[in-house]
Amino acid sequence: MQNFLDQFWPSTVDGLSLGAIYALVALGYTMVYGVLRLINFAHSEIFMIGTFAVVGAVEALGINSPVGTLALIGLIVVLAVVAAVAAGGSAVLLELVAYRPLRRSGGSRLAALISAIGASLFLQQLFAIVVIPRFFDRPLAGGHLPVQSNDFTDPVNLFSIGSVDFRSDKVIIFVGALLMMVALDQFVSRTRLGRGIRATAQDPETAVLMGVNIDRIVMATFALGGAMAGVAAALYMMRFEETVYTVGFLLGIKAFTAAVLGGIGNLRGALIGGMALGLLEMYGSSIFGAEWRDVVAFSVLVLVLMFRPTGILGESLQRARA
Amino acid sequence: MASLRAVTGTVARVRDGWASAPGRVRWPVYALLVLGALILPADSIGSFMSPSSNWSDLLFFPIGGYILLAIGLNVVVGQAGLLDLGYVAFFAIGAYSMAVLGKLHGWDFWAIVPVGIVIAAASGVILGAPTLRLRGDYLAIVTLGFGEIIRIVAQNTDSIGGPNGISGIPHPPTLTEWAVPDVQPFSGLGLGGLQPFTYGALDSRPYYYLMLLAIIVVIVFVVRLNRSRVGRAWAAIREDEDAAELMGVPTFKFKLAAFAIGAAIGGLTGVIYGSQATSIIPKNFEFMVSALILAAVVLGGSGNLPGVILGAFLVAWLPERFRALNDYRVLFFGLALVVMMALRPEGLLPSRRRKAELQEGTGGMGGLGAEVAGPDGDPHEAKAEVTG
Amino acid sequence: MCRVLLPLGREVYDIPGPGVTVFSGRAFTGLGLVPDPPGSGWKGDTLRRNIMRATGAVALSAVLAVSASACGGDSGGSGDKNSVTIGFMGDLTGESAGIVIPPKQGAALAIEEYNATNPKVKIKFKTYDSQGKGEQAVPLAKTALTKDKIVGLIGPAFSGESQQVDPVLEEGKVPSISPSATNAALSKNGWKFFHRIVGNDDVQGSGIGTFITNGLGAKKVFVVHDNSEYGKPLGTTVESTVKAAGATTQVGVIDPNASDYSATVNQVKAFAPDAVFFGGYYAQAGKLVKQLRQAGVKSRFLSGDGSLDPGLAKGAGGTVADGSVIGCPCLIDPTGKASPASKKFSEAYKAKYKTDTAIYSAEGYDAASAFIAAIKAGNTKAEDINKFLSTVDVPGVSKQIKFTPTGDPASSAIYVYEIKGATLPLVGDAKTAKLK
Repeated sequence: MQNFLDQFWPSTVDGLSLGAIYALVALGYTMVYGVLRLINFAHSEIFMIGTFAVVGAVEALGINSPVGTLALIGLIVVLAVVAAVAAGGSAVLLELVAYRPLRRSGGSRLAALISAIGASLFLQQLFAIVVIPRFFDRPLAGGHLPVQSNDFTDPVNLFSIGSVDFRSDKVIIFVGALLMMVALDQFVSRTRLGRGIRATAQDPETAVLMGVNIDRIVMATFALGGAMAGVAAALYMMRFEETVYTVGFLLGIKAFTAAVLGGIGNLRGALIGGMALGLLEMYGSSIFGAEWRDVVAFSVLVLVLMFRPTGILGESLQRARA
Repeated sequence: MASLRAVTGTVARVRDGWASAPGRVRWPVYALLVLGALILPADSIGSFMSPSSNWSDLLFFPIGGYILLAIGLNVVVGQAGLLDLGYVAFFAIGAYSMAVLGKLHGWDFWAIVPVGIVIAAASGVILGAPTLRLRGDYLAIVTLGFGEIIRIVAQNTDSIGGPNGISGIPHPPTLTEWAVPDVQPFSGLGLGGLQPFTYGALDSRPYYYLMLLAIIVVIVFVVRLNRSRVGRAWAAIREDEDAAELMGVPTFKFKLAAFAIGAAIGGLTGVIYGSQATSIIPKNFEFMVSALILAAVVLGGSGNLPGVILGAFLVAWLPERFRALNDYRVLFFGLALVVMMALRPEGLLPSRRRKAELQEGTGGMGGLGAEVAGPDGDPHEAKAEVTG
Repeated sequence: MCRVLLPLGREVYDIPGPGVTVFSGRAFTGLGLVPDPPGSGWKGDTLRRNIMRATGAVALSAVLAVSASACGGDSGGSGDKNSVTIGFMGDLTGESAGIVIPPKQGAALAIEEYNATNPKVKIKFKTYDSQGKGEQAVPLAKTALTKDKIVGLIGPAFSGESQQVDPVLEEGKVPSISPSATNAALSKNGWKFFHRIVGNDDVQGSGIGTFITNGLGAKKVFVVHDNSEYGKPLGTTVESTVKAAGATTQVGVIDPNASDYSATVNQVKAFAPDAVFFGGYYAQAGKLVKQLRQAGVKSRFLSGDGSLDPGLAKGAGGTVADGSVIGCPCLIDPTGKASPASKKFSEAYKAKYKTDTAIYSAEGYDAASAFIAAIKAGNTKAEDINKFLSTVDVPGVSKQIKFTPTGDPASSAIYVYEIKGATLPLVGDAKTAKLK
């Protein structure tokens, strides 16, 4: 407990920065779930693809040493765009290959879940034994090892309050994630496409009758969710500068937990859920030790669901503005 | 494509015929199947089925173990329609019951079997009671979390070995040292001299027969259950929980029962696995096992026992058979899951009852949200009108 | 039966003989599976790798030619009187292959040298790829016992799989010598056929602990471990050793699957220790060093044999990990400064595999040497070999080959290595070593 009090503020900073990444990845789960009622298990691999896109982009830009904080912000924007395109594109491809045939043949959601698990295994191994050895200079078998990006960030302490340091990388992650969230929220609530997404999430049959092109909406949902995972990947790589073919697995499970915690299908729920989960993990670690982190997170999830069976903010994408 | 349709048509006809076949046709077939399972560990079969690894070991686990686990998970997912992503937890609880009671308390395997089953079933109830009121995917994430919690707790608890797990788990006591006589036809099959009730470290065939016995007993139990009032109640819950509730089905009670029975079967598998494995570590019980068992259930045909068994067999056997492909085997396995689901989303051998249901509505777990069915139930036409 | 599947085959017979270079599976350097050994340049390795790939292709065609001829001559199988089969088991294609292939190559080298002397009983060498997983290792071990009739097993490489495989060997009455399974509990099972040629984690932990308090003079030590069956006991032993020497300690844990260690980093920072010891593997060690340094923790970083890999420095980035100290019950001595035997081995190894000796390669060589000594003394049955091993006492490369009744090596020194850029030069024996 003493530990917890001593480290309350550092834990809060770390928790929010960790939670911001969870929240961005959770968006992908929540949007796809909102529209298709499908747990897109392969979304974690979309994030993984994003991290490798960042490694490639840093190398292609010829960056070899840390850049200053202002230049870093510009660089992150560029990397985020590259990763968002790569991840969003992969997500659309995933929809076309793994889910669309199932939707056409009237497969159950359970079948789609298995298809997602299959796609997830396939993408992981594809990277481990084909993509990484070929493009990231890792010989066979070595594709299982972590891949470091070129060193492009050297976090500096922006300011301190008391003994609490606010490091540039953590602040950029938090602010960047928040900006993306607001942008997506605005997009979904104000644009025509966003209206289509909300309509489909609320009542697909009526949406079709109203002239909404479902396939287009589903594709847009995957693209947006994937792009958010790509942005998350860029922010993640700025912090850790290292990735591995299984990088998405644990993070994906956590992000999905965050989505459920906040209320799956609800955009703001993903934000709340992500932040709450990040803080919970950090506080839990400082009280019980890091080995109990996941137990704390999942136990709180069960407790929340017992009292609020549809998460903190409740379900439904269409009430994103509620 | 045409030939595929011909094959599936034949399979369907055979299955229709089978469904209406009288007992005097069915029982000899069952007897033949059991006989086939008994001679399965024969060397000549093994050299084809598994050229590079010990066949009878594979038959025991993963093949036999996955089949039993899949039958148990099928009760939860296929029959009651509850999505459980943490089924490995009950397998772990069974295995740890065996390890803790057998190694640390010196209990006998046969005494641990019922206790392990009860502990697993009880933990199923403990997990289910607060969470079964949740619907669909909320239940999925909670069960996933439960599976992780069990593994992490085992990893963090030093009194049960922590990350080291428990080694030196005792084998079941020898029932009799009787050996199969080394004469034809047994010697020809390579089964001569086999002591089927002597449980050592080297020969896995006695364990395989133990697992086979468990599988047969569980199948009889599950089939009888499914034909009873309980099975009908599960079907009602699976198709429309609200309607079932309105018709007076105590849905919560039946869901809890499904959870407990599934958990008990998982626990039984764990106890048997632990008795052979000699040592277990928490890493044996990762999420991937839950995902693979679920894949086995859905791949085979959720809700249909022969299908589930076939699915579990394929999921366990294919990666071992194609060891020569090394790394690529998981890649192909993932690809195969995607392709199979696209071609036969209802599984290799879909449930007949479920198929009838599918033709009327979206089926057990519900269709994909954006799957818009037209008035005649054909999504393709409905979509054709609105696109473009 | 002769079977040489390349390069994806897993069932590969190595039949090392005079002047014959036989690579097994994908284990040749051409595919870069061998970790870049300490002392080799990590930075400019693209070019080097391309060259390696080319040599790999040449080697491959050589193997095909050799295997064809080997097939012709080898029709007897393992049943004949003038040859016996020794197995090697470990992770040859999985994530940790990097620390299993060097001992495999060491063992293959010893057996090749022995066969080159044209002895009465030749040794066949067969590898079993368990991918480090117990559930895969057990069926393979049974195949090795019943089908291939091995008389001895070098391995299994890791402790987890050893726990499951050794009872099988015990019942099959086949002796094993592991070059790298260090979990202390293994030798406490009362197994009669189990041996290892490497000091266990208790020895390693107390060796490193002694170095922390004596060699470094640290008074405050923070021990981090990865909560694995390897890292946790090692960390616990280090902690109790430094505590006994009067240091104050605190323990933290990281989740090896996660990438954010900030909870633990915060604890370390608050404790402000002189030294941080990490029990775990290099992939996490690199990230941990990086995050510690980013948070401004400047304490000396130490770790055990699981982190003895240039990958640690790479994961930490640049020269961040410089000055970190890694302890290991293994001798990696590419320049042969430890002993004449070590020099001879290093040269032969380099001549054969075109790379420097790496982690546990000397131990693999010694494990094979122990079996060779038994076979030279006229033992060709597994049980006779096991009996011989209880009294064996011959000089090896890494240490004197002699076992205690529980199967541990009779003597085992812990060596410490210091990270300098991408290299890991030997500092010396943990008992006496001092950093410059």
